[in-house]
Amino acid sequence: MSVDIDTVKRIARLARIAVTEDEAEHLKGELNTILGWVEQLGELDVADVEPMTSVVQVDMKKREDIVSDGGIADQIVANAPETEDHYFVVPKVVE
Amino acid sequence: MTDLTALTIAEARDGLDRKAFSAVELTDAYLSAMEAGRKLNAYIAETPDKAREMAARSDDRIASGEAGPLEGIPLGIKDLFCTQGVHSQACSRVLDGFKPTYESTITANLWADGAVMLGKLNMDEFAMGSSNETSCYGPVINPWRSDSGNADLVPGGSSGGSAAAVAAFLCAGATATDTGGSIRQPAALTGTVGVKPTYGRCSRWGVVAFASSLDQAGPIARSVEDAAILLKSMASVDPKDTTSVDIEVPDYRAAIGRSVKGMKIGIPKEYRIDGMPDEIETMWQRGADWMREAGAELVEISLPHTKYALPAYYIVAPAEASSNLARYDGVRYGLRVEGDDVVDMYEQSRAAGFGPEVKRRVLIGTYVLSAGYYDAYYLQAQKVRTLIKRDFETVFADGIDAILTPATPSAAFGVASMATASPIEMYLQDVFTVTVNMAGLPGISVPAGLSADGLPLGLQLIGRPFDEATLFQAGRVIEQAAGSFAPNRWWGVGG
Repeated sequence: MSVDIDTVKRIARLARIAVTEDEAEHLKGELNTILGWVEQLGELDVADVEPMTSVVQVDMKKREDIVSDGGIADQIVANAPETEDHYFVVPKVVE
Repeated sequence: MTDLTALTIAEARDGLDRKAFSAVELTDAYLSAMEAGRKLNAYIAETPDKAREMAARSDDRIASGEAGPLEGIPLGIKDLFCTQGVHSQACSRVLDGFKPTYESTITANLWADGAVMLGKLNMDEFAMGSSNETSCYGPVINPWRSDSGNADLVPGGSSGGSAAAVAAFLCAGATATDTGGSIRQPAALTGTVGVKPTYGRCSRWGVVAFASSLDQAGPIARSVEDAAILLKSMASVDPKDTTSVDIEVPDYRAAIGRSVKGMKIGIPKEYRIDGMPDEIETMWQRGADWMREAGAELVEISLPHTKYALPAYYIVAPAEASSNLARYDGVRYGLRVEGDDVVDMYEQSRAAGFGPEVKRRVLIGTYVLSAGYYDAYYLQAQKVRTLIKRDFETVFADGIDAILTPATPSAAFGVASMATASPIEMYLQDVFTVTVNMAGLPGISVPAGLSADGLPLGLQLIGRPFDEATLFQAGRVIEQAAGSFAPNRWWGVGG
């Protein structure tokens, strides 16, 4: 499978990364090189193989359903580019 | 007084306990070395005030007989680890100005054991790279130079700053992380010891995530014993990381010096790849001879799916990265570039914040996870991963205790020498290390000799899950036979 320039732009949009026309063209070549290289996995018959979900077989840890952390709103917004009253500020999203 | 930075961690601990020198003196020696070594670009943030303050507290604890296992030992910390109030950017512009309000579990463990922080170390952006050239702070220069020239060489990556700082005596040891080889490959290229523990041995809490099912932190040190001492402090069972495994951390140091008589060491035939330089092949053979002379039994083994590990990795790792890196949106931390609307703001922030290699991987990951392609790529790769793990399980079930391989397919290469190569050329640096991450196993890289051109080469040992002790035991045998290696100090000479 290979990608065309429109596909590159579509995935860049999905990934929320702005790309210029030149960058998209360049990325098309690189992505196709990588995708062509991983094609070799198709040589393997994996019809009866279970996909790996975890390298170490352990039961998911559980803990009591109680509040164990919190009250640190100052810390949570401390690194934000723009905040107001413990809210993150973003450009207007609804008219 | 002799140069305090030349001491191993074990020797420095001994000297501190005997009051031969103070923790502040030891820290000052490293701070001077760091200043003289700035040409190497290993540190991207030095924290001298914090270091002296921590060292002074260590001296107090030593005086009152409360010294911890790492009391007064000055360490460098990879920029991927969150350290409270201190620069933590994964060497990415997208995290510009980020100072965490919390401490990673691993660094918290180190400070609780008395270690001193010297600063944050350079690395490939988000740990994506094998040469430390994708860092937004520029490349790290390997302290090693070849016999035939003075060209700047890469230290490997992604933990290139960690490896270079340890090799150049700019810290006593360093933290590092390994998703596809990022501890073992730079250790091999700098003549240092690097340990990638079993997945789940060290907590991932507070370590910036790259590919969560593969990421594992570990130490880079100047000796096998120092690596054992560091791993003992770094490893823990952590309720804050659900993949942290509930197994007590053993005393790894106790394994050092134990005989390997009767141990079965596997030599996988699939690691004899086309185009492998003769000197790598020769070093591998010499390593096998050392193990045999020490009483181990060498067994030829087969790991049939080896060649598929790297392509499968380049589906799994970018897929997980594309998901993990979705959080960098210009809203909660780091860089924000204003746009016409909120989506434009995301797109401009991420376009300006991520470097080319990170963008490449996020796009590959987004593609393989997108509607219609998930089964063909991601599911297929996870099935291949099952086969890779099964290969290892089979040989371990047959009684193999550890597997011996080369650590890298070549010695250190020139800075910018791969600039025009295909990305896959660089990815091949991890051909011998990536299988270990795919299977979640522990691996160690130990210096084994010098190339014809005078550059360090390393051997890798791969162990059973949670059997790091055997790697320290067998790694020590290689170290004893090969000796240790230090670069000629060309940096900081004449200013």
